[in-house]
Amino acid sequence: MTEFTPIASLIGGMMIGLSAVLLMLWEGRIAGISGIAGRLLPPYRDGAFLSRFGFVVGLVAAPLAMIALGGVEISQTVSSNIPLMVAAGLLVGFGSVWGNGCTSGHGVCGLSRLSTRSIVATGVFMATAIVTVFLVRHVIGA
Amino acid sequence: MSFFVNLALGLLFGAGLVVSGMSDPAKVLNFLDLFGTWDPSLAFVMGGAVMVAFVGYRLVLTRAEPIVGDRFHLPTRSDIDARIVAGPAIFGIGWGLGGFCPGPALTALGLGATGTLAFIPAMILGMWAARLLADGTAAPRPA
Repeated sequence: MTEFTPIASLIGGMMIGLSAVLLMLWEGRIAGISGIAGRLLPPYRDGAFLSRFGFVVGLVAAPLAMIALGGVEISQTVSSNIPLMVAAGLLVGFGSVWGNGCTSGHGVCGLSRLSTRSIVATGVFMATAIVTVFLVRHVIGA
Repeated sequence: MSFFVNLALGLLFGAGLVVSGMSDPAKVLNFLDLFGTWDPSLAFVMGGAVMVAFVGYRLVLTRAEPIVGDRFHLPTRSDIDARIVAGPAIFGIGWGLGGFCPGPALTALGLGATGTLAFIPAMILGMWAARLLADGTAAPRPA
């Protein structure tokens, strides 16, 4: 069980949305994390490497900065099943780039723009994720 | 300059993930577990983000161009091809297995959980493979 946190989740979501809007205002780009992280490795086709690198450094540093500044505790339950997490990482990395986006690029930015492709993509990844969790938890019973 | 602006925006995005609870894969997996320990929080995260971006994008895009850079880089395609279904289908399976999508996984990196440290290199490798494969199958670019 995890606690249902509607207020905190709404506020956190609005912070994510604000970051996406400000990135569009600043340099005209979609805040899609798979697009940003996927272009950290070569080949490099545009001059935006430093921008992308900065965004990723910010993402990684955020919880550490919050712990250092606010003394917040961040609770987290991550599976320690290494083969499972490697497989999950490969699928997430490959699928998100192959489909031109993930929860942020399609789910947040794309839906906000009412993009047909993003609406399809979001419906598909929600569906396969829900089926996967159902199979793992209720059929295989892991 | 753009490095530092992006650093600040990455911090804001990452803090949003932490505040919203999405840096915890257990919360994500419970959202996806409709028939078990369902936690609807993720719907509020997406709802909040989409509300702000829906209004904010409309305001920003009234401008002729962004503050730096020559133009807004907006996706223009609207066709439904095999990749826009297959990619998200594969991504969703991985998301359901580990409870991580790319943003929350990167935000969790510094917390150093074993599963995260296994996930991140695999994710980067998967992203790289997809880019190379996409380049290989795409029509040749004009020189």
